[in-house]
Amino acid sequence: MFGNFDFQVIVRWAPLLAEGMALSLLLTGIAIIGGVVLGAVLAIMRLSPSRLLSWPSGFYVNFFRSIPLILVIFWFYFSVPIVIGRPVGSFYSVLIAFTMFEAAYYCEIIRAGIMSVGRGQSAAAQAIGLSSFQAATSVILPQAFRNMLPVLLTRSIVMFQDTSLVYVVGLRDFMTTADIVATRENRIVEMYLFAAVVYLAICFAGSMWARSLQRKYAI
Amino acid sequence: MNYNWNWAVIFTEPYLGWLLKGLQLTLTIACCAGVIAFCIGGVVGICRTLDVAPLRIAATAYVELFRNVPLLVQLFIWFFVVPELLPKTWGHYVKRDLPFPEITTAIICMGLYQAASIAETVRAGIQSVGRNQRFAGLAIGLTTFQVYRYVLLPVTIRTIIPPLASTFLATVKDSSLALTIGVLELTAQSRQIEVYTFQGFEAFFAATLLYQAVTVVVIFAMQYLEKTLRVPGMLSLAQK
Repeated sequence: MFGNFDFQVIVRWAPLLAEGMALSLLLTGIAIIGGVVLGAVLAIMRLSPSRLLSWPSGFYVNFFRSIPLILVIFWFYFSVPIVIGRPVGSFYSVLIAFTMFEAAYYCEIIRAGIMSVGRGQSAAAQAIGLSSFQAATSVILPQAFRNMLPVLLTRSIVMFQDTSLVYVVGLRDFMTTADIVATRENRIVEMYLFAAVVYLAICFAGSMWARSLQRKYAI
Repeated sequence: MNYNWNWAVIFTEPYLGWLLKGLQLTLTIACCAGVIAFCIGGVVGICRTLDVAPLRIAATAYVELFRNVPLLVQLFIWFFVVPELLPKTWGHYVKRDLPFPEITTAIICMGLYQAASIAETVRAGIQSVGRNQRFAGLAIGLTTFQVYRYVLLPVTIRTIIPPLASTFLATVKDSSLALTIGVLELTAQSRQIEVYTFQGFEAFFAATLLYQAVTVVVIFAMQYLEKTLRVPGMLSLAQK
């Protein structure tokens, strides 16, 4: 069935494909860090008793969770240069889009993680005389973190898959590079199947890791 | 910031028509894909809870395969690769005679993709009903089929309404990927308005608002369904 297909094309273009993968991973890495930091701030705001803090955070999360990532990418691709007043590369606008989009999802994961720690724990911490800062850092957050770690990892794998969507603005990530090679060499079947296998291997390994973490850290 | 606001653009023809046509196409893809996903996801999810090893392994492989490859890659494979790998006459049919090839491909691809997450939802739902229900059913002499039909599934279908609704909303959002193979759904239409008029803020704002509206309607429908179908005494069952 694969008789007249040429998988050598992958070897010939390996350096370019590796560059693409490096960009995919870089984008994923920065967006995870940015998304978790912003998501944590949003989660704390959302859990605060003050409506002035929880309401904007809730609005932010619901806003980003109800629109497609491609639309968010278009939003920032279009608006960032206008707001800043000069053209920025597509990488930066995409990076901002991913960070802000993922922050909404990370916020919900972190919030759920914090809420999964029983009320008795914070009451107990208060009873033994810990300040609310001490209670948060040495009682609530360590347990919350253990609960949310596997979910954070699963979400990050989804985001790694989603980085392929930068295709719509022509940023050269792994998928876009594979597509460029596919059209240039007219090897569409080989390149797309190769891309699928690579993503499958990385994401499957990642989800196995998430599962083992879940077993290891289960309380 | 240097920008000429012109909100009228999204209410003038042809742009208003483009947006509405885009919304219609988005909903069509999401609904058709949702039906496919529900049918296949239901079967795969049930298979994952069966005691028959080959079925269970096949169902697990399905879920892992479809969840670990980006949807964009899957879409390109269905659209560009599968017709090449099919037997010649079939490939010929797919390439030449299939009605609305882009839309049909998008529907099949999104349906099979979301089936994997529905399968996980169904599996979790069945497992949450508890093994005791299954054993009790078997103990009173029901066959496995009857246990699923009369004991497990009627409860499962009610408990999984919220996750099903969020999967449907994910399908609505994911249908935007169809623009990569040339389907002019809502996101693509707003992008097109931006290209034609350079009124990007207005166009994207309109699309955003329409997506939000769909989300709100689906969530209300979900809450209504959940309330209507709730099993009396469900809470005690869920806690076991």
